[in-house]
Amino acid sequence: MSSDHERREILIATIADLLDGIRHVSVGASSPIPAAGAMLLRARNERDGKPPVRISILGSQAHNFFTNGGIELFDCAAQGRVDAFFLGGGQIDGEGNINLVGTGDYPRTDVRWPGSFGSAYLYHLVPRVILFREEHSPRVFVPKVDFVSARAITPEVPRRGGPYALLTNMALFDFDRDAGGFALRSVHPPFTPADIRENTGFAYAEPDVVRETPRPDAATLALLRGRVFDELAETYPAFARTMKRAA
Amino acid sequence: MTEIVALEALAARVAPGQSLAVPVDRSGVAMAATAAIVEAGIDNLHLICVPISGLQADLLIGAGAVKTLETSAISLGEAGGAPRFGAAVRAGSVTLRDATCPAIHAGLLAAQHGVPFMPIAGIIGSDLLEVRPDWKVIDSPVDEARKVVVVPAITPDVALFHAPEADRAGNVRIGRFRELATMAYAARKTLVTVERIVDRNLLETEESAAGVLPSLYVDAIAVAERGAWPLALWDEYPADEAEIARYASMARSEDGFRAYLSTFLTHRKQVA
Repeated sequence: MSSDHERREILIATIADLLDGIRHVSVGASSPIPAAGAMLLRARNERDGKPPVRISILGSQAHNFFTNGGIELFDCAAQGRVDAFFLGGGQIDGEGNINLVGTGDYPRTDVRWPGSFGSAYLYHLVPRVILFREEHSPRVFVPKVDFVSARAITPEVPRRGGPYALLTNMALFDFDRDAGGFALRSVHPPFTPADIRENTGFAYAEPDVVRETPRPDAATLALLRGRVFDELAETYPAFARTMKRAA
Repeated sequence: MTEIVALEALAARVAPGQSLAVPVDRSGVAMAATAAIVEAGIDNLHLICVPISGLQADLLIGAGAVKTLETSAISLGEAGGAPRFGAAVRAGSVTLRDATCPAIHAGLLAAQHGVPFMPIAGIIGSDLLEVRPDWKVIDSPVDEARKVVVVPAITPDVALFHAPEADRAGNVRIGRFRELATMAYAARKTLVTVERIVDRNLLETEESAAGVLPSLYVDAIAVAERGAWPLALWDEYPADEAEIARYASMARSEDGFRAYLSTFLTHRKQVA
């Protein structure tokens, strides 16, 4: 039986693995789990003597080195200096398009979400965009989004950016830019590939043998529950507190 | 010259029907001035969020002060969705100009540079291009043939924000929140509330001048202590999370919102 905090620890460790090899990862607003993943990668690289990782976390003072205002993240991405970013979506479809605006007909949408934020731009410019959405259900993972905030593939213009992976409460998918769709990489225990099929509203590729998402090892957990949650507390005090208490 | 005026007089410089640019929550939001604007009954505003907003926009929308909303997102952050924004979308009572963050920055930069539009990377393929017919896709006039998006200049009638301090000449310390300068460069008029007026000259040394918006761009300043409350003001005070959560819960209904607004306006008057 996997508890809430254990599930989140798997997500954070998986994010750190997905970020492996990058030089600079930026994390947007209201994203404690991606921020923790980025911090875990930084701490792990430091421990292992691997190349240093820069992280810029929106809303943080201690973990944000930008000095040129709100535009700097976007300029930085345009210059090719942001290797990874996270986007979510009220809806995400099988082609990797995301909807952050709402369901039904615009502008009087049935459900209205906050809005597109920087997605329409950053999806084109950041090579490793990790789609992160905890809820894994057919209402989120739809055949076709009602509104395209950001499109994954645009053959009409050259681009370096786009989806790299999709991580949910239940599974991890890779995005294949040539095929233009997702492929199941692993399922988080205790879920099965059948659970994923039942809860995903779009078609995706499934290998014959689906691996289990690995649980973080003891050394990773020690790093996470110590340094990482301490660093995270500056920006996400409530989340960090809950995670530390549960551990 | 920059005038130093009372908060009510500052708010009165916003006229009904004008476009009003306001910054993202963490940059210094003029909440006390927002209360004064609501109190003065200034409405039909075209609110431009640089590049997103939260409590301030939701409060203005709920109070019926906003006719057009130009933003990349409205959210109360950890406190969840913005309830009056959601209700206004359902009712169709606000004209939406959905955007994406860097496009709002680009529009302001065009105004800053005095050019009619600004090219911007990305965006192609997004339905934003369908709902924003004022954004165009053009063939790049230089280098290899390719499509590029251009967005029109954004020239707000008024830019409004809150900062820790200004000096007597009207120079305002904005730290590294450079978007506040961009807003002021682009706007026809800039109104600033501050925690305090200081006697020293903020332009005196290179170090002190680096994070300062010169008074040339600032039309009027009013002192409003804890003027961003319940939002945070950098280096001064954190956000009042409990108060924002209280708003999020009360503003779910129209009646709850009215009750909150009434207390909020009274509270602001007591502080002032």
